[in-house]
Amino acid sequence: MISVEMARRAVSTSWPKATALRPRAWHVWRRTGGPTGGGPQGLHRRTMRKPIPSLLVLVCAVASAWAAVPPKDSCVDCHAALEGKQSEPAKLFAGDVHHQAGLRCADCHGGDPNDASMRAMSPAKGFRGAPKKTQVPEFCARCHSNIAYMHNFNPKMRADQLSQYLTSVHGKRLKQGDTKVAACVDCHGVHDILAASDTRAPVFSTNVAATCARCHADSAYMKGYKIPTDQVARYQKSVHAQMLTQGDTSAPTCTTCHGNHGATPPGVSSVANVCGTCHVFFAQLFDKSPHQAAFAKLGLPGCVECHSNHEVVRPTDEWVGVGPKSVCVTCHAPGDEGYANAQAIAGDLAKLNTFRARAEEILNTAERSGMEISSPKLELASANEALIKARVNVHTFRDGEVRKLTNQGVEIAKKAYEAGVAALRERDYRRKGLGVALITIVLAISGLYLKIRQIESRGKA
Amino acid sequence: MADLYRRILSWLDERFGTGAVEEFLRHKTVPLHRHTLWYYFGGMTLFLFVIQVLTGILLLLYYRPTPNDAFESVQYIMAQVRFGWLIRSVHSWSANLMIFTAFVHMFSVYFFKAYRKPRELTWISGMLLFFILLGFGFSGYLLPWNTLAFFATKVGTEMAGSIPGLGKWLLIFLRGGEEVTGATLTRFFGFHVAVLPGLATLLLAMHLLLVQRLGMSVPPGVERAIAEGREPARAMPFFPNFLLRDIIGWYAALGALGALAAIFPWELATKADPFAPAPAGIRPEWYFLFMFQTLKYLPAKVVFLEGELAGLLAFGAAATVWVAVPFLDRHVGFGRTTRFFTGLGVFALGYIVALSALALR
Repeated sequence: MISVEMARRAVSTSWPKATALRPRAWHVWRRTGGPTGGGPQGLHRRTMRKPIPSLLVLVCAVASAWAAVPPKDSCVDCHAALEGKQSEPAKLFAGDVHHQAGLRCADCHGGDPNDASMRAMSPAKGFRGAPKKTQVPEFCARCHSNIAYMHNFNPKMRADQLSQYLTSVHGKRLKQGDTKVAACVDCHGVHDILAASDTRAPVFSTNVAATCARCHADSAYMKGYKIPTDQVARYQKSVHAQMLTQGDTSAPTCTTCHGNHGATPPGVSSVANVCGTCHVFFAQLFDKSPHQAAFAKLGLPGCVECHSNHEVVRPTDEWVGVGPKSVCVTCHAPGDEGYANAQAIAGDLAKLNTFRARAEEILNTAERSGMEISSPKLELASANEALIKARVNVHTFRDGEVRKLTNQGVEIAKKAYEAGVAALRERDYRRKGLGVALITIVLAISGLYLKIRQIESRGKA
Repeated sequence: MADLYRRILSWLDERFGTGAVEEFLRHKTVPLHRHTLWYYFGGMTLFLFVIQVLTGILLLLYYRPTPNDAFESVQYIMAQVRFGWLIRSVHSWSANLMIFTAFVHMFSVYFFKAYRKPRELTWISGMLLFFILLGFGFSGYLLPWNTLAFFATKVGTEMAGSIPGLGKWLLIFLRGGEEVTGATLTRFFGFHVAVLPGLATLLLAMHLLLVQRLGMSVPPGVERAIAEGREPARAMPFFPNFLLRDIIGWYAALGALGALAAIFPWELATKADPFAPAPAGIRPEWYFLFMFQTLKYLPAKVVFLEGELAGLLAFGAAATVWVAVPFLDRHVGFGRTTRFFTGLGVFALGYIVALSALALR
């Protein structure tokens, strides 16, 4: 007799095989029916509830799975049996996103996978073979530029990679016959391609810098292109790389600023636009600032002139002003208006910093003494906000705009400081009060002690 | 002046019969021996309880028991209300000192076998009062509605919820729903300022009445020494000798409370956010630490029970034995102690101290 347990075992052993044999693209390509009713677990649940009808369902499902087994793939069979480089594609392809989507070797390379003889690789059977480096973009684009076809796999998939690539420096040079430049497979891999959203993929945001560095950090390889090879090393020191390392995948990497398929260096005039895609407010202030016209006239790129391009480190207040770490003095000299302005802005920021630090120190002292100062501490946080806003307003490069905000912050910090002074005064008052109370208590205890002695000596007498 | 005082007393005596009380006090004595010091801890606990009632009433003038207002109202008491910081800090410090003195009082009574006949009910009423004090502590801990208290209450009520059968009902009853919410706060406030004080007053009246009725117990060792003539039977008048000494202790406690409040005001920390993840290092008040630490050490399964449940059942059983000790310790009597029960007390005290120390490490 066939028990429920036997049916359960049959389901659990036969389903993985069935699903492996009938992947998603099998339906896309061949429009055949398949196990779409809840998968193995759904069937399992149904089987457990009604053993006899479920057994029938089970038998039918297993039978249909075997009936729909795709024909054997002669490409994989033969190449897997070969040695060395010839066997590599067959071995790697199992983990490839295309294989997981149900594609087979012949879908890219042509030929007849049902024919086990060498005739399978004849032009008569549509065999295209491996493309040359210069043919790779079009080879991939056969499918990837076909939006209707690509939407079968992912409705949000774009199909403009080739047209973008052809606008890139890589694409243009490839068309000129330079085969050292990156084509699709150089970044994505060949037979072990992973989805861009796969964290292991070389094009996943956290791996992009390393992928670009394979060529761009190799000075021997890049010799002749006359571009630096320290971009990635410098990027690694940046605040952007730091954020990315900390797991913030929204932080920019190479492709965020340069584009991916349409990779190109941003020109002098478009740098501010690149940075401004994320740092919108800063870009707006810069555009309205006197620097905008001056930089354009001198042919200087906007943001990167002070912040660098790849090595974008966290700015400090010392960058502003005329001190040794100032970036203003790169262009401005004593006597010009910008110099005086930079000095004044630095003074505003320093003033707020000083007032804020003083208030913070006294509030911390009061807090350590057990005083309740959460309210002035909260107010002091607004002084910090004012400082942050003032730092943003530095990009107006007008002292008045910065001072408006630093003055607000200074007023808040002054009030917080006064609250700290009051808290410490209160603490001292409490301690004095405690002293008086303790003296009173000691006197009372002494009085009681004497009273007891008096009563007891009287009792003894 | 003295004449007026006598006239008032006589006026009261005619109406209430206070003369009998005066007569009782005049003759009431307290045994005097090498362990007399331990008698003061009961009075000290009572004094701290009175402090709790008085400071609690003052806090009620400003405290608002809703999730939106509770934290802010305590913050207001600490920062804005004149001497609010003192009242709240004294309330919190005194609560802790009271539980400490109650522990000392309980163990001294236990080790001196003061629970033996005829003081069984004094012991039981005292134990019930002790549980009520723990209830005061547990319910009062949540009232400032700060992060630590919120999550400690969550864990504490969850433990109550794991009791088989009754657990689910108890959890809903304590929380006023499935989760710790504003309903829990309102309900804990109700327990803290109405239910528990009512019960405590009744039990306290019974406890004090029994103490007056039966007098103070003399430890068996002292009893034996007196019976064997090794020690004279000494006593001191309760009024004023013992009471004045009591008052000295109360003054000292008042001074200690004032110093603690002024130098280490009770902190408030941050407001509870029910949607925030539980912070690291949640732990209950120190007097629950030994249970908390035990549950941490227990494995996931103890025989066929879940570890936590087994721990709770064991504590329940231990508490039952502890309360019923006057009826279980059958051999204790005049001048006689039972080694087993003394050993049990030493074990209980050692266990509580060791596990609490481990939790605080």
